[in-house]
Amino acid sequence: MTTRKNQATLTAAEKRRFVDALIALKRSGRYDEFVTTHNAFILGDTDNGERTGHRSPSFLPWHRRFLLEFERALQSVDSTVALPYWDWTADRTARSSLWAPDFLGGTGRSRDGRVMDGPFAASTGNWPINVRIDGRTYLRRALGSAVRQLPTRAEVDSVLAMPTYDMAPWNSASDGFRNHLEGWRGVNLHNRVHVWVGGQMGTGVSPNDPVFWLHHAFIDKLWADWQRLHPNSAYLPASGTPNVVDLNETMKPWGDTTPAALLDHTPHYTFDAA
Amino acid sequence: MPDITRRHALGAAAALAVTVGAPLTAAAADDRTGHDDHGGHGDHDGHQPLQPFDEVYRGRRIQGRATEGGGHHHGTGYAVFVDGAELHVMRNADGSWISVVSHYSPVPTPRAAARAAVDELQGARLVPFN
Repeated sequence: MTTRKNQATLTAAEKRRFVDALIALKRSGRYDEFVTTHNAFILGDTDNGERTGHRSPSFLPWHRRFLLEFERALQSVDSTVALPYWDWTADRTARSSLWAPDFLGGTGRSRDGRVMDGPFAASTGNWPINVRIDGRTYLRRALGSAVRQLPTRAEVDSVLAMPTYDMAPWNSASDGFRNHLEGWRGVNLHNRVHVWVGGQMGTGVSPNDPVFWLHHAFIDKLWADWQRLHPNSAYLPASGTPNVVDLNETMKPWGDTTPAALLDHTPHYTFDAA
Repeated sequence: MPDITRRHALGAAAALAVTVGAPLTAAAADDRTGHDDHGGHGDHDGHQPLQPFDEVYRGRRIQGRATEGGGHHHGTGYAVFVDGAELHVMRNADGSWISVVSHYSPVPTPRAAARAAVDELQGARLVPFN
Protein backbone atom coordinates (compact mmCIF):
# COMPACT_ATOMS: atom_id res chain seq x y z
CA MET A 1 0.00 0.00 0.00
CA THR A 2 1.23 3.44 -0.94
CA THR A 3 1.59 5.95 1.89
CA ARG A 4 1.89 9.57 0.87
CA LYS A 5 4.05 11.45 3.34
CA ASN A 6 4.63 15.08 4.17
CA GLN A 7 7.73 16.03 2.17
CA ALA A 8 9.27 17.61 5.29
CA THR A 9 9.49 14.18 6.94
CA LEU A 10 11.21 12.30 4.11
CA THR A 11 14.55 10.67 4.82
CA ALA A 12 17.57 11.45 2.68
CA ALA A 13 17.17 8.05 1.02
CA GLU A 14 13.48 8.66 0.26
CA LYS A 15 14.30 12.01 -1.33
CA ARG A 16 17.04 10.46 -3.42
CA ARG A 17 14.84 7.64 -4.69
CA PHE A 18 12.01 10.05 -5.53
CA VAL A 19 14.38 12.33 -7.44
CA ASP A 20 16.00 9.41 -9.25
CA ALA A 21 12.59 8.09 -10.33
CA LEU A 22 11.60 11.53 -11.64
CA ILE A 23 14.77 11.77 -13.68
CA ALA A 24 14.29 8.25 -15.05
CA LEU A 25 10.73 9.13 -16.16
CA LYS A 26 12.07 12.30 -17.72
CA ARG A 27 14.76 10.45 -19.63
CA SER A 28 12.26 7.90 -20.95
CA GLY A 29 9.96 10.62 -22.32
CA ARG A 30 7.04 9.55 -20.14
CA TYR A 31 7.32 12.58 -17.88
CA ASP A 32 6.73 14.98 -20.74
CA GLU A 33 3.55 13.16 -21.74
CA PHE A 34 2.07 14.27 -18.42
CA VAL A 35 3.06 17.88 -19.09
CA THR A 36 1.46 17.68 -22.54
CA THR A 37 -1.78 16.26 -21.15
CA HIS A 38 -2.04 18.91 -18.46
CA ASN A 39 -1.47 21.76 -20.90
CA ALA A 40 -4.07 20.37 -23.31
CA PHE A 41 -6.69 20.52 -20.57
CA ILE A 42 -5.52 23.96 -19.40
CA LEU A 43 -6.03 25.25 -22.95
CA GLY A 44 -9.30 23.42 -23.49
CA ASP A 45 -11.17 23.89 -20.19
CA THR A 46 -13.38 26.99 -20.46
CA ASP A 47 -15.96 28.54 -18.15
CA ASN A 48 -18.72 28.51 -20.75
CA GLY A 49 -17.72 25.34 -22.60
CA GLU A 50 -16.56 21.84 -21.85
CA ARG A 51 -14.45 21.80 -18.69
CA THR A 52 -12.92 18.81 -17.01
CA GLY A 53 -9.47 19.31 -15.52
CA HIS A 54 -9.87 22.82 -14.19
CA ARG A 55 -12.46 25.48 -13.27
CA SER A 56 -15.08 22.79 -12.76
CA PRO A 57 -16.27 20.28 -10.16
CA SER A 58 -14.02 17.57 -11.63
CA PHE A 59 -10.89 19.62 -10.87
CA LEU A 60 -10.39 17.44 -7.78
CA PRO A 61 -11.15 13.93 -9.13
CA TRP A 62 -9.36 14.75 -12.42
CA HIS A 63 -6.16 15.69 -10.60
CA ARG A 64 -6.56 12.72 -8.24
CA ARG A 65 -6.53 10.37 -11.25
CA PHE A 66 -3.76 12.35 -12.97
CA LEU A 67 -1.56 12.01 -9.86
CA LEU A 68 -2.42 8.31 -9.57
CA GLU A 69 -1.27 7.77 -13.14
CA PHE A 70 1.91 9.67 -12.43
CA GLU A 71 2.57 7.85 -9.16
CA ARG A 72 2.11 4.50 -10.90
CA ALA A 73 4.61 5.59 -13.54
CA LEU A 74 7.10 6.47 -10.79
CA GLN A 75 6.47 3.11 -9.15
CA SER A 76 7.17 1.33 -12.41
CA VAL A 77 10.68 2.76 -12.03
CA ASP A 78 10.99 2.26 -8.26
CA SER A 79 8.18 0.47 -6.44
CA THR A 80 9.13 2.05 -3.10
CA VAL A 81 8.35 5.59 -4.25
CA ALA A 82 5.16 7.45 -3.29
CA LEU A 83 4.19 11.02 -4.04
CA PRO A 84 5.01 13.27 -1.11
CA TYR A 85 2.85 16.29 -0.35
CA TRP A 86 3.90 19.86 0.37
CA ASP A 87 1.94 21.52 3.17
CA TRP A 88 2.64 25.07 2.09
CA THR A 89 0.83 26.43 5.15
CA ALA A 90 3.69 25.03 7.27
CA ASP A 91 6.71 25.08 4.93
CA ARG A 92 6.09 28.55 3.64
CA THR A 93 9.44 30.11 2.82
CA ALA A 94 12.16 29.62 0.23
CA ARG A 95 14.35 28.36 3.12
CA SER A 96 12.25 25.22 3.54
CA SER A 97 14.11 21.93 3.13
CA LEU A 98 11.85 21.32 0.13
CA TRP A 99 13.99 23.78 -1.83
CA ALA A 100 17.37 22.44 -0.69
CA PRO A 101 19.88 21.13 -3.25
CA ASP A 102 19.27 17.52 -2.14
CA PHE A 103 15.60 17.73 -3.06
CA LEU A 104 13.96 20.17 -5.50
CA GLY A 105 16.62 22.89 -5.60
CA GLY A 106 15.93 26.54 -4.89
CA THR A 107 14.54 29.65 -6.51
CA GLY A 108 15.75 31.04 -9.83
CA ARG A 109 18.45 33.66 -10.24
CA SER A 110 17.09 37.16 -10.71
CA ARG A 111 18.38 37.76 -14.24
CA ASP A 112 16.41 35.05 -16.03
CA GLY A 113 14.69 32.97 -13.35
CA ARG A 114 16.94 30.01 -13.99
CA VAL A 115 17.17 27.43 -11.19
CA MET A 116 20.88 27.01 -10.48
CA ASP A 117 21.03 24.19 -7.95
CA GLY A 118 19.45 20.83 -7.20
CA PRO A 119 18.78 17.81 -9.43
CA PHE A 120 16.53 19.72 -11.84
CA ALA A 121 18.86 22.61 -12.63
CA ALA A 122 19.43 22.88 -16.38
CA SER A 123 23.19 22.58 -15.86
CA THR A 124 22.78 18.94 -14.80
CA GLY A 125 21.59 18.02 -18.28
CA ASN A 126 18.89 15.86 -16.65
CA TRP A 127 15.93 18.19 -16.88
CA PRO A 128 15.37 19.73 -20.33
CA ILE A 129 12.11 21.67 -20.62
CA ASN A 130 10.73 20.18 -23.84
CA VAL A 131 6.99 20.85 -23.56
CA ARG A 132 7.04 24.61 -23.43
CA ILE A 133 5.24 27.74 -24.49
CA ASP A 134 8.30 29.85 -25.10
CA GLY A 135 11.88 29.37 -26.20
CA ARG A 136 13.39 28.80 -22.76
CA THR A 137 14.53 25.23 -22.13
CA TYR A 138 15.59 25.61 -18.47
CA LEU A 139 13.56 25.22 -15.28
CA ARG A 140 12.65 28.58 -13.81
CA ARG A 141 11.26 29.74 -10.48
CA ALA A 142 10.73 33.00 -8.62
CA LEU A 143 9.70 31.86 -5.15
CA GLY A 144 7.60 34.49 -3.38
CA SER A 145 8.08 37.08 -6.09
CA ALA A 146 4.76 37.54 -7.91
CA VAL A 147 2.81 37.02 -4.68
CA ARG A 148 4.49 37.41 -1.33
CA GLN A 149 2.61 35.02 0.96
CA LEU A 150 1.53 31.43 0.68
CA PRO A 151 -1.90 30.65 2.14
CA THR A 152 -2.06 30.32 5.91
CA ARG A 153 -3.53 27.47 7.92
CA ALA A 154 -6.38 29.78 8.96
CA GLU A 155 -7.17 30.49 5.31
CA VAL A 156 -7.15 26.76 4.54
CA ASP A 157 -9.45 26.10 7.49
CA SER A 158 -11.87 28.78 6.29
CA VAL A 159 -12.20 26.92 2.98
CA LEU A 160 -12.40 23.47 4.58
CA ALA A 161 -15.35 24.79 6.61
CA MET A 162 -17.47 25.28 3.48
CA PRO A 163 -20.09 22.53 3.51
CA THR A 164 -21.14 22.52 -0.16
CA TYR A 165 -18.81 20.79 -2.60
CA ASP A 166 -19.57 22.97 -5.61
CA MET A 167 -22.33 25.16 -6.99
CA ALA A 168 -23.80 26.34 -10.26
CA PRO A 169 -22.54 27.66 -12.63
CA TRP A 170 -19.87 24.99 -11.92
CA ASN A 171 -16.98 27.12 -13.10
CA SER A 172 -14.54 29.83 -11.96
CA ALA A 173 -17.46 31.96 -10.74
CA SER A 174 -18.85 29.31 -8.38
CA ASP A 175 -19.24 29.60 -4.66
CA GLY A 176 -18.51 26.50 -2.55
CA PHE A 177 -15.55 24.39 -1.47
CA ARG A 178 -14.12 23.35 -4.85
CA ASN A 179 -13.74 26.81 -6.35
CA HIS A 180 -12.41 28.32 -3.14
CA LEU A 181 -9.84 25.53 -2.93
CA GLU A 182 -8.98 25.94 -6.61
CA GLY A 183 -8.66 29.65 -5.95
CA TRP A 184 -10.63 31.50 -8.61
CA ARG A 185 -12.70 32.97 -5.80
CA GLY A 186 -12.06 34.04 -2.22
CA VAL A 187 -8.80 33.74 -0.27
CA ASN A 188 -7.26 31.73 -3.14
CA LEU A 189 -5.43 28.56 -2.19
CA HIS A 190 -4.34 26.37 -5.14
CA ASN A 191 -3.92 29.08 -7.76
CA ARG A 192 -1.94 31.30 -5.41
CA VAL A 193 0.62 28.58 -4.76
CA HIS A 194 1.27 28.22 -8.49
CA VAL A 195 1.83 31.98 -8.67
CA TRP A 196 4.05 32.00 -5.56
CA VAL A 197 6.41 29.44 -7.10
CA GLY A 198 6.55 31.29 -10.42
CA GLY A 199 8.47 30.15 -13.49
CA GLN A 200 6.84 27.27 -15.34
CA MET A 201 4.59 26.66 -12.31
CA GLY A 202 2.69 29.83 -13.21
CA THR A 203 1.94 28.60 -16.72
CA GLY A 204 -0.12 25.96 -18.48
CA VAL A 205 2.92 23.68 -18.55
CA SER A 206 3.23 23.78 -14.76
CA PRO A 207 4.03 20.03 -14.36
CA ASN A 208 7.46 20.87 -15.81
CA ASP A 209 8.37 21.71 -12.22
CA PRO A 210 8.37 18.58 -10.02
CA VAL A 211 6.84 20.64 -7.20
CA PHE A 212 3.60 20.46 -9.20
CA TRP A 213 3.06 16.91 -7.90
CA LEU A 214 3.77 17.82 -4.27
CA HIS A 215 1.44 20.81 -4.49
CA HIS A 216 -1.38 18.77 -5.99
CA ALA A 217 -0.81 15.90 -3.56
CA PHE A 218 -1.54 18.40 -0.77
CA ILE A 219 -4.60 19.79 -2.58
CA ASP A 220 -5.75 16.18 -2.90
CA LYS A 221 -5.19 15.63 0.83
CA LEU A 222 -7.26 18.75 1.58
CA TRP A 223 -10.11 17.20 -0.40
CA ALA A 224 -9.84 14.10 1.80
CA ASP A 225 -9.72 16.30 4.91
CA TRP A 226 -12.84 18.12 3.71
CA GLN A 227 -14.68 14.83 3.17
CA ARG A 228 -13.93 13.79 6.75
CA LEU A 229 -15.19 17.15 8.04
CA HIS A 230 -18.38 16.93 5.97
CA PRO A 231 -19.38 13.26 5.77
CA ASN A 232 -22.84 14.16 4.54
CA SER A 233 -21.68 16.44 1.73
CA ALA A 234 -21.55 14.85 -1.72
CA TYR A 235 -19.78 15.55 -4.98
CA LEU A 236 -21.95 17.82 -7.11
CA PRO A 237 -23.52 18.01 -9.66
CA ALA A 238 -25.29 14.68 -9.54
CA SER A 239 -26.56 14.49 -13.11
CA GLY A 240 -27.64 16.21 -16.29
CA THR A 241 -25.20 19.13 -16.40
CA PRO A 242 -24.02 20.18 -19.88
CA ASN A 243 -20.23 20.54 -20.34
CA VAL A 244 -19.61 19.43 -16.75
CA VAL A 245 -18.61 15.99 -15.42
CA ASP A 246 -21.49 14.77 -13.25
CA LEU A 247 -20.94 12.26 -10.46
CA ASN A 248 -21.32 9.17 -12.63
CA GLU A 249 -20.02 10.45 -15.95
CA THR A 250 -16.67 9.33 -17.31
CA MET A 251 -13.76 11.75 -17.42
CA LYS A 252 -11.47 12.51 -20.31
CA PRO A 253 -8.80 11.62 -21.23
CA TRP A 254 -9.14 8.21 -19.57
CA GLY A 255 -12.78 7.45 -20.36
CA ASP A 256 -12.82 4.60 -17.85
CA THR A 257 -13.40 6.38 -14.55
CA THR A 258 -15.90 8.72 -12.94
CA PRO A 259 -15.82 11.15 -10.03
CA ALA A 260 -17.84 8.58 -8.09
CA ALA A 261 -15.07 6.03 -8.53
CA LEU A 262 -12.45 8.44 -7.19
CA LEU A 263 -14.18 9.82 -4.10
CA ASP A 264 -12.41 7.33 -1.83
CA HIS A 265 -8.62 7.51 -2.07
CA THR A 266 -7.97 4.67 0.37
CA PRO A 267 -8.02 1.83 -2.19
CA HIS A 268 -5.05 3.56 -3.84
CA TYR A 269 -3.06 5.23 -1.07
CA THR A 270 -3.27 6.55 2.45
CA PHE A 271 -1.70 9.56 4.09
CA ASP A 272 0.88 9.58 6.85
CA ALA A 273 -1.42 11.68 9.07
CA ALA A 274 -4.99 12.84 9.24
CA MET B 1 23.30 37.38 -4.28
CA PRO B 2 22.95 41.14 -4.12
CA ASP B 3 20.57 42.55 -1.55
CA ILE B 4 18.15 43.82 -4.11
CA THR B 5 15.24 41.40 -4.32
CA ARG B 6 13.76 40.10 -7.51
CA ARG B 7 10.59 42.00 -6.71
CA HIS B 8 12.48 45.25 -6.46
CA ALA B 9 14.38 44.49 -9.64
CA LEU B 10 11.18 43.82 -11.52
CA GLY B 11 9.56 46.89 -10.06
CA ALA B 12 12.43 49.04 -11.24
CA ALA B 13 12.28 47.47 -14.67
CA ALA B 14 8.53 48.01 -14.86
CA ALA B 15 8.90 51.65 -13.84
CA LEU B 16 11.49 52.11 -16.55
CA ALA B 17 9.23 50.43 -19.06
CA VAL B 18 6.37 52.75 -18.20
CA THR B 19 8.59 55.77 -18.76
CA VAL B 20 9.96 54.50 -22.04
CA GLY B 21 6.71 52.97 -23.21
CA ALA B 22 4.40 55.89 -22.55
CA PRO B 23 4.88 57.78 -25.85
CA LEU B 24 4.48 54.54 -27.78
CA THR B 25 1.29 53.73 -25.92
CA ALA B 26 -0.08 57.18 -26.60
CA ALA B 27 0.69 56.70 -30.27
CA ALA B 28 -1.36 53.52 -30.49
CA ALA B 29 -4.31 54.72 -32.51
CA ASP B 30 -6.60 51.89 -31.44
CA ASP B 31 -6.64 52.86 -27.80
CA ARG B 32 -9.12 55.71 -27.82
CA THR B 33 -9.99 55.84 -24.16
CA GLY B 34 -6.82 54.83 -22.39
CA HIS B 35 -9.05 53.28 -19.74
CA ASP B 36 -9.56 49.85 -21.20
CA ASP B 37 -7.90 48.18 -18.24
CA HIS B 38 -11.31 48.43 -16.61
CA GLY B 39 -13.35 47.47 -19.64
CA GLY B 40 -13.87 43.88 -18.57
CA HIS B 41 -15.70 44.62 -15.33
CA GLY B 42 -19.39 43.94 -15.22
CA ASP B 43 -19.42 42.07 -18.50
CA HIS B 44 -20.72 38.65 -17.63
CA ASP B 45 -22.23 37.63 -20.94
CA GLY B 46 -18.95 37.38 -22.82
CA HIS B 47 -20.41 39.10 -25.88
CA GLN B 48 -19.52 42.74 -25.32
CA PRO B 49 -17.05 43.80 -28.00
CA LEU B 50 -13.52 44.44 -26.76
CA GLN B 51 -11.31 47.18 -28.08
CA PRO B 52 -8.34 46.16 -30.19
CA PHE B 53 -4.89 47.33 -29.12
CA ASP B 54 -1.47 47.60 -30.69
CA GLU B 55 1.49 48.94 -28.74
CA VAL B 56 5.11 48.35 -27.86
CA TYR B 57 5.51 47.30 -24.24
CA ARG B 58 8.99 46.74 -22.79
CA GLY B 59 10.38 46.36 -26.28
CA ARG B 60 7.78 43.83 -27.46
CA ARG B 61 4.92 44.51 -29.87
CA ILE B 62 1.65 43.39 -28.28
CA GLN B 63 -1.59 43.31 -30.24
CA GLY B 64 -5.14 42.27 -29.53
CA ARG B 65 -8.09 42.04 -31.85
CA ALA B 66 -11.41 40.34 -32.36
CA THR B 67 -11.38 37.13 -34.37
CA GLU B 68 -13.86 35.50 -36.69
CA GLY B 69 -14.21 32.46 -34.43
CA GLY B 70 -12.55 29.32 -35.68
CA GLY B 71 -9.08 28.11 -34.95
CA HIS B 72 -7.60 28.35 -31.50
CA HIS B 73 -9.76 30.75 -29.64
CA HIS B 74 -12.17 28.47 -27.79
CA GLY B 75 -15.01 30.90 -28.26
CA THR B 76 -13.09 33.79 -26.77
CA GLY B 77 -13.58 35.72 -30.01
CA TYR B 78 -10.41 37.64 -29.32
CA ALA B 79 -6.77 36.93 -30.10
CA VAL B 80 -3.60 38.36 -28.57
CA PHE B 81 -0.15 38.42 -30.17
CA VAL B 82 3.37 39.07 -28.86
CA ASP B 83 5.77 40.01 -31.65
CA GLY B 84 3.36 38.40 -34.08
CA ALA B 85 3.11 35.03 -32.29
CA GLU B 86 -0.29 34.21 -30.85
CA LEU B 87 -0.57 34.12 -27.06
CA HIS B 88 -3.28 31.73 -25.91
CA VAL B 89 -5.67 33.77 -23.77
CA MET B 90 -8.90 32.93 -22.03
CA ARG B 91 -11.72 34.96 -20.54
CA ASN B 92 -13.05 34.00 -17.13
CA ALA B 93 -16.73 34.09 -16.22
CA ASP B 94 -16.21 37.29 -14.20
CA GLY B 95 -14.74 39.07 -17.24
CA SER B 96 -11.10 38.78 -16.13
CA TRP B 97 -8.41 37.27 -18.38
CA ILE B 98 -5.57 34.80 -18.16
CA SER B 99 -3.02 33.50 -20.63
CA VAL B 100 -1.13 30.25 -20.92
CA VAL B 101 1.98 32.15 -19.78
CA SER B 102 0.28 33.42 -16.63
CA HIS B 103 -2.48 30.93 -16.13
CA TYR B 104 -3.32 31.16 -12.42
CA SER B 105 -3.34 34.93 -12.03
CA PRO B 106 -6.33 36.73 -13.61
CA VAL B 107 -5.99 40.33 -14.83
CA PRO B 108 -8.74 42.73 -15.95
CA THR B 109 -8.19 42.90 -19.74
CA PRO B 110 -6.52 41.12 -22.65
CA ARG B 111 -4.01 43.97 -22.81
CA ALA B 112 -3.10 43.39 -19.18
CA ALA B 113 -2.70 39.67 -19.99
CA ALA B 114 -0.39 40.57 -22.88
CA ARG B 115 1.68 42.85 -20.66
CA ALA B 116 1.87 40.18 -17.94
CA ALA B 117 3.07 37.73 -20.57
CA VAL B 118 5.80 40.12 -21.71
CA ASP B 119 6.90 40.52 -18.09
CA GLU B 120 7.01 36.75 -17.68
CA LEU B 121 8.78 36.04 -20.95
CA GLN B 122 11.79 38.26 -20.14
CA GLY B 123 12.52 38.56 -23.83
CA ALA B 124 11.86 34.91 -24.79
CA ARG B 125 9.85 34.13 -27.93
CA LEU B 126 6.50 32.38 -27.78
CA VAL B 127 6.30 29.04 -29.53
CA PRO B 128 3.14 28.03 -31.44
CA PHE B 129 0.65 26.30 -29.15
CA ASN B 130 -0.73 23.69 -31.50
